[in-house]
Amino acid sequence: MQYEVVIGVEVHAQLLTESKMFCGCSTRFGERPNTQTCPVCLGLPGTLPVINKKAVEMAIKTSLATNCMISAYNRFARKNYFYPDLPKGYQVSQYELPLGENGFLDIDTDGIKKKIRIRRVHMEEDAGKNLHEDIANASHVDLNRAGVPLLEIVSEPDIRSPEETVSYLKSLRDILIYLEVCDGNMDEGSFRCEPNISLRPAGSLELGTKTELKNINSFKFVQKALEYEVKRQEKTLREGGRVIQETRLWDTDREVTETMRSKEEAHDYRYFPEPDLAPIMISREWIEEIRSDLPELPNAKRIRLVNQYGIPEYDAALLISSKGLADYFERCVSLYNQPKTVSNWIMVDLLRFLKADSMAIEKCPLRPEQLAGMLKLIDKGTISGKIAKTVFEEMYRTGKEPATIVKESGLTQIVDESEIERVIEGVINSNPDKVEAYRKGKDKLFGFFVGEVMRASGGKANPAKVNDLLRKRLNR
Amino acid sequence: MSMAISKEEVERVAKLARLLVSEEEKDVLARQLSSILTYVGKLNELNTEGVEPLSHVIDIKNVFREDRVRESLSQDLALSNAPEKRDGFFRVPKIIE
Repeated sequence: MQYEVVIGVEVHAQLLTESKMFCGCSTRFGERPNTQTCPVCLGLPGTLPVINKKAVEMAIKTSLATNCMISAYNRFARKNYFYPDLPKGYQVSQYELPLGENGFLDIDTDGIKKKIRIRRVHMEEDAGKNLHEDIANASHVDLNRAGVPLLEIVSEPDIRSPEETVSYLKSLRDILIYLEVCDGNMDEGSFRCEPNISLRPAGSLELGTKTELKNINSFKFVQKALEYEVKRQEKTLREGGRVIQETRLWDTDREVTETMRSKEEAHDYRYFPEPDLAPIMISREWIEEIRSDLPELPNAKRIRLVNQYGIPEYDAALLISSKGLADYFERCVSLYNQPKTVSNWIMVDLLRFLKADSMAIEKCPLRPEQLAGMLKLIDKGTISGKIAKTVFEEMYRTGKEPATIVKESGLTQIVDESEIERVIEGVINSNPDKVEAYRKGKDKLFGFFVGEVMRASGGKANPAKVNDLLRKRLNR
Repeated sequence: MSMAISKEEVERVAKLARLLVSEEEKDVLARQLSSILTYVGKLNELNTEGVEPLSHVIDIKNVFREDRVRESLSQDLALSNAPEKRDGFFRVPKIIE
């Protein structure tokens, strides 16, 4: 029997507010433990929470960008349970009335386009952080994160493979980053994904029993954890067993998923409306005000780049992977109107350097003006494409202007024919046997001579001229 | 209308609320809770058709604060009520095995 994989994803995105959801404590990551708390987020008696307006606006933004219907009337609920990272004994969340509902996201997996429906987008507060490792007989709790605003974004089970899951998550993450509502950092946990997965006989419409996966902090592991889980569930079903509905933790080192063992018992959250918070009414006007402020989103930008600049889909998809990179490209093209050339240099050279240094495009020492300037030098014949690689690296390392680098390092291309001829003579004189062989018909040796001449000229000889002159000289 | 709360329900609610209740208390609480619910249950006699459920007693909405950071408590003060602490953390019984 063939099985069909059915996947849905729950994402928790930490909102990029300065302060927490219901109090003025900082949301900054990585500070000393328990230095960003106050009576409100510690759950001390007699305190009252007040909603951070920016967080609500970010939730509206995200709902719009994911094509959700926005609820006019919103209220918070208490989700009651006991856990050491939850000082109040309840999490403030949205329950029966999420802010956004019935949206969708367009995804593209290896060229195959698909719509993934989004069930809900709602606001809630984060819990603190529990630490267990290397602590004997105890756990430690840091409440700096308690009360940080989160968006929970839940998809419908429309996803059919680990690859599609990654593609959905990347699209969603890109949108959140473009909206500037989340930094998308998976390592620091500001973008957390919990896929749920089940298998069913191909053709069946009924959903199988699902497992929920946690502790996944990179796209690579999303893929691996789901692949593992597909295999595990398939094996269980083939052997006549039953999949148990449970939460499983991904073990990065062993690359397996395992039943999550927890002392916490079966949950009965006893949700009820949060009496300490006034309801939120979202008017048409408020929504339109936010809508008019939305930036161009990744999908729209990709389509525009292809149409406006005539670059391939592949290039556009890569360039929109960050807003900064797309901006960089457009700035370059505005100064040097050869879009494909610009995109080649960005994709091949710039990204290689940035990646090696783990540097964000926003911090790139090589400005678009400089790249455009260098490309103009190639067009003018001042430098060869090969020398340009050297100039490029030098610009990247030192931030110097391309013309300055060319002048200082004597990298100007040699176009003077007599000078090139002199180099050719040298090469021919030191390789008499090869010249002989070439003249006897070993044509392949031509490439060897070109290489030798280029090397002897320090890469500066104009390659077209070298070809031309060399052929003349050898056939003489 | 009378609403009966069983002893088992008292046990379940007590467990969820992490309350330790003795056997005698369970019986007393079951009786008391039943009587409270019966009393409040009187409201069920009202016709509430067309009346929106109320989640907040005062008629207010959109009470917001601007996204500004205010000073937090010091680490010492934040931890001052903790029965156990270490290295700036709250210390609790081991959660995960």
